[in-house]
Amino acid sequence: MTIGEWATGLRYRYVPDHVVGEVLGRKWVDNVVPITLLAAVVIYLTATIPNFISLGNLSDISRQIGEFGLIVIGMTVVMIAGGIDLSVGSNFALANVTALALLNVARWPVAASVVATLGVGALAGLVNGLLIGFLKLRAFLTTLVILTLVRAIVEFLLQIYSVRIASSDVEAPAWDFLGAGSVLGAPVSVIALAAVALAAQVALTRLRIGWRIMAVGGSRRAAYNAGIPVPATVCLTYVVSGVLTSLAGVLYAARLSGAGPDTGLGLELNVVTAALLGGNSVGGGRGSVGKALMGAVIVSLLTNGLVRLGLESGASSMVVGLVLLFAIGIDVRWSKWRHRLRAKVYVSPAYLKLPPAPKFIAGASSPYAINDRLRDVEIIGMKEVDGPEDVILDEDGHLYCGVRHGEIVRFLAPDHVRREVYAHVGGRPLGMAFDRAGALVVCIAGMGLYRVDRDRKAQKLTAETNRSPLSIIDDSRMRLADDLDIAPDGKIYFSEATVRYGFEEWVVDALEGRGNGRIICYDPATSSTRTVLRNLLFANGVCVAHDNKSVLFAETWGCRVSRYWLEGPKAGRVEPVISDLPGYPDNINRGSGGAYWVALAGTRTPSYDLAMTMPGFRRRMARRVAADEWLFPNVNIGCVVHFDESGEILETLWDAEGENHPAITSMREHRGYLYLGGVTNNRIGRLKLADADPNWTGPRSYWGATP
Amino acid sequence: MFGRIKSALVSQERIVLVTAVILFCVFSLFLKGFLSAANLLTLVRSVSVLGVLGVAMAIVVIGRGVDLAIVATYAMSAAWTLRLATQGVAIGPALLLGLALAVAVGLINGLLIAFAEIPALFATLGMAAFVYGFVRFALVPLVVVYMPANAASISWIGGGFVAGVPTPILLFALVAFLGHAFLAFTKAGRFIYAMGDNFAAARNSGAPVRGLIVLQYALSAAIAYVAGIITATAVSSVNTNVVNSSLIYDVILVVVLGGIGLSGGRGGIRNVLVGTLLIGILLNGMTIMNIQYTLQNVIRSLILLSAIVLDSLVNPRDEQTEQQGDI
Repeated sequence: MTIGEWATGLRYRYVPDHVVGEVLGRKWVDNVVPITLLAAVVIYLTATIPNFISLGNLSDISRQIGEFGLIVIGMTVVMIAGGIDLSVGSNFALANVTALALLNVARWPVAASVVATLGVGALAGLVNGLLIGFLKLRAFLTTLVILTLVRAIVEFLLQIYSVRIASSDVEAPAWDFLGAGSVLGAPVSVIALAAVALAAQVALTRLRIGWRIMAVGGSRRAAYNAGIPVPATVCLTYVVSGVLTSLAGVLYAARLSGAGPDTGLGLELNVVTAALLGGNSVGGGRGSVGKALMGAVIVSLLTNGLVRLGLESGASSMVVGLVLLFAIGIDVRWSKWRHRLRAKVYVSPAYLKLPPAPKFIAGASSPYAINDRLRDVEIIGMKEVDGPEDVILDEDGHLYCGVRHGEIVRFLAPDHVRREVYAHVGGRPLGMAFDRAGALVVCIAGMGLYRVDRDRKAQKLTAETNRSPLSIIDDSRMRLADDLDIAPDGKIYFSEATVRYGFEEWVVDALEGRGNGRIICYDPATSSTRTVLRNLLFANGVCVAHDNKSVLFAETWGCRVSRYWLEGPKAGRVEPVISDLPGYPDNINRGSGGAYWVALAGTRTPSYDLAMTMPGFRRRMARRVAADEWLFPNVNIGCVVHFDESGEILETLWDAEGENHPAITSMREHRGYLYLGGVTNNRIGRLKLADADPNWTGPRSYWGATP
Repeated sequence: MFGRIKSALVSQERIVLVTAVILFCVFSLFLKGFLSAANLLTLVRSVSVLGVLGVAMAIVVIGRGVDLAIVATYAMSAAWTLRLATQGVAIGPALLLGLALAVAVGLINGLLIAFAEIPALFATLGMAAFVYGFVRFALVPLVVVYMPANAASISWIGGGFVAGVPTPILLFALVAFLGHAFLAFTKAGRFIYAMGDNFAAARNSGAPVRGLIVLQYALSAAIAYVAGIITATAVSSVNTNVVNSSLIYDVILVVVLGGIGLSGGRGGIRNVLVGTLLIGILLNGMTIMNIQYTLQNVIRSLILLSAIVLDSLVNPRDEQTEQQGDI
C-alpha cells in the first residue's frame, strides 16, 4: 500500500462527507439562515445602542413582540395553507377602535368587549376566507382590497368615536392588567403569545386540522383529490388570522388606550416580512410556529432598534423593504436550490480496498472456475413471477417467493405448476424464513419485518429500531430490510442493507462503498428491536449456523461472509468465514450435510474494484454525470457457492451464458433439489443435486421433524 | 355557471361600459351641473393622472405581472426632480435624473422578477417600501416638495390648456395612444400578450421572456414618472405621503374594472379608458352629491371588491389547473 492510498483511506474514514447531504435533507436546516440573522441583529444592536438590553427596554420591546408575534403566527397559518393575509394592518386597527369604543363609549364590561372584538376579527377573517376559499379569489389582491375597505371603515368609525374615546376613561383593573400587568415577570402579551404559539404548534403538527392545512399548502390539487375540504380549510386559516390579529389589537388597545388614524399603518408589510424571514414559504407547505416567532423577534428588534438609533422616518421603511426582498429572495432560491444541492452532494463515496479477487475464468485452478452447471435447470413459473428475490419451501414442498407487485406467490407441490397468491403484503418482499409455528416471516423493503401466519394474515413485527445517537438521518426507520433467519429461541436476526437509500437505489449504495448496513435483532418474546452490528457493507444474507451458536451474514460490497457469535467464548464477536469471494454475495441458506449455500448476484471486475479505491473519482462521477451513465457493478452473471462450516469452498455452480439466471440472489435446498431465485429474473430454477441428502428439508433442519 | 359568461356580449368591459353610461345618464338627469362642459372637463382631468398610471399598470398586468411600486415611483421620482430643481439644478437635467431614478426602479423590479424569480407581488411590494424609504432617507427629506420658481418653464405640462382642453387630458390621450400602439403593433407588445396568456409556451417558443419582463417594468416606471410630473406641475408640489394612500388600489381598480384580467394576456388600453371613465363619473358624482370622503373610500373599496369577484367569475380558477404557490 502506497502512502497516497493510506492517506486517502484515512481521509475518507475520518472526514464525514456524507453528513452534508444528510443535513440538507433535514427540515431544521431551514432555520439556519434566520437564526444566524437573529444572532447578527442582536449583536449589532447591543453593540451600537447603549442599554439596548436594559430591563426597561426589554419589557417594552417584549410587549410589542407579544402583540406582533400573535399576528405573525396568524399570518404563518395562512401562509402554510398557501395564502397570504395583507388585511392584518387594518384588522388590527379595527380591533383597536372596536375594543376602545365598546369599553369607553358603550360602557360594556371588559370580558364582553374583548369577546366582541375577537368576534369582529373573526368576521373580518371570515370575509377574507369566504372570498378566497370559496369564491377562489386571489389571496394577495383580495386581502389588499379588504385592507383598504377595513381601513376606510376604521376611518369612518374614528370620525364618530375618536373624540369620545379620548375624552372618557374607564376604571377597570382587568383592562389595565391586560395592558400593563405581568405574570411571574412576563408581560401579559408575552404570556398570550406563548399560549397561542403552543396551541398553534400542537394544532399544526399533531391535530387533523393542522395536517389538513399543511396538506392544502403542500399540494392543493393533491389535497383536493384526497378529499380534504380545501375551501373550508383555506377559509379557516383566514379566520384564525383575523382572530389572532384582533387579539393583538385588544392588547394594543389596553396598552396605549388611543385610537388614531395611523394605528397599524404599514403593519402588514412588517408581518409578511417577519413570516418570510423566519423561513416560512410563499405558496405554502413549509412553515412552523417556531419560524414565525423567530421572524417576529428579528423584525421587532430591527424596527425598534432603528427607532432608537434615531434615524429619519424613511429609514424604517427602507430597511423593511430591503429585508422583505432579501427574505423572499432567500426563500425562492433556497426552496429551488436545496433539493438540487442535496441531490448533488448526497452521494458520498468512501474508500474501499478489497482483497485481491480469486481467478474464476473457466479452467482456472481456483474452486470458483466458471462452469455451466446451471445451464440445464428445470424452469418454474416462467414469466409468471417478477423478481423472486428469495424462494423458500415448506415441509409439504410448496414453493413460496416474493414478487415485485408486493405479493407472496405460492407454487403448489408436487410439480409447482399451479400458482396462487399466498398473501398480499405490499412493499417489496425480499428475504423469507419459516418460524416454529410454520408462519412465514418476511423482510419487506420500505416496510420492515412482517409475519404471514398460516391463515395468510400479514402482521407487522417491527419497522423501527433504536436510533444511533449521532445519526443525522433518522436511522431508526427501516428502509431496506433484506434477509433474515430465526434462532431456536425465536429471536429473528435480519439485515438492513443500507440506512441511506431505499430499495430502488441499491446500486447507489454500491457506488458509496461505505458501511451503511446493519444487522438487527427482533425478539418476539419482548417485542423489542435492537441493532446488533453496524457499518456493514450492504448487509445482505443472514443464516443461523447449523449448531445455532452463531449467525452467518454476507456483506455484498465487501465480497465476504462473516460469522457473528451468539454464544460461547467469542459471543458478540465477528470473525471472517470467506473474505475473498469473486463476486457480490446475496442470501445465505443452510444445505444438507452441514453445509451452506450462498448466492453471488454478480462478479467483481478489476475496473470496479479499482474505482472503489478512488472515492474522489466516484464523487466527481456522481456530481457531473447523469445517474444512468454511472459505473455499475457487474450483475449480469451469477452463481451459487457451496461451502462448509469452516468456509471451505465445496463447489461452485455457474450459469455461464446467463440465459436462465443472469443474477442469482437466493437458493434453497429441498429434498435433493436446489431452487434458484433472482431479484431481476422472471423465473425460478430447479436443479437436481447429485450427492445431496434426498430427505433434507429446511423447516426440518430448523424445527425438527414435527411441524 | 358564471364561467360561461365569456361571450363578447357580456364581457366585463361591456358591463362596465353600460354601467358607466347608465350612471352618466342618471347623474346627468338628477345632478345639477353634472352635464356642464366645465364639469365634464374637470371630471376627465381629475382622473387623467389615474388613467396614465392605469396604462402603465395595464402593460404589466397584461404580461401577467403586477406593479405595486408604481405609486412609489410616481411620487418619489417626481419629488426628487422638484427637490433637485430647488437645489439649483437646471430643469432639464433634473427631469432626466428623475426619469433615470424611475427607470432604475423599474429595472430593479424587472431584474428581481425575471432573474431572481421573486413573485412580482412581493418584489414590487418590497420595492415600494424600499423606494419610499430610500428617497425620503437619502434624497428628499421633506414630506411635501414645492415647485421652485426656476421650474416654472415646465408648469404647462400639468397646468396648460390647448384649445381650451387641459393638457393632462391631452397627455393622457397621448400616453394611451402610445401604449396602445406599443401593445398592438410592436413585436415586444405582442410578446407581452403571449407571455401573459401562457408564460411557459411563450418561453418555449423562444420569446425573450426575461428581457420582456424587465422591459415592461421599466416602461411602467417611466410612464409613472410622466404621471408624476403631470401631478407635480398641476398642483405645483408633490406630497410624498401619497405613497401610503389608497392610490395604488385605485390604479388596480381602473385596470381590473376595465376588464383586463389579472391572469394576464387579455384586454388592452381601451379597457383602461373604460375603467377610468367609470371611476371618474363615480367620483365626480359622489363629490357633487357631497358624500363624505371616508364614505367614498368605503364605496370605492366595495366597487373594487366586486370588480375582483366579477373578474374571478369571468376568468375562473379551479383546483385542478391552479398553479401551486400562485397567490
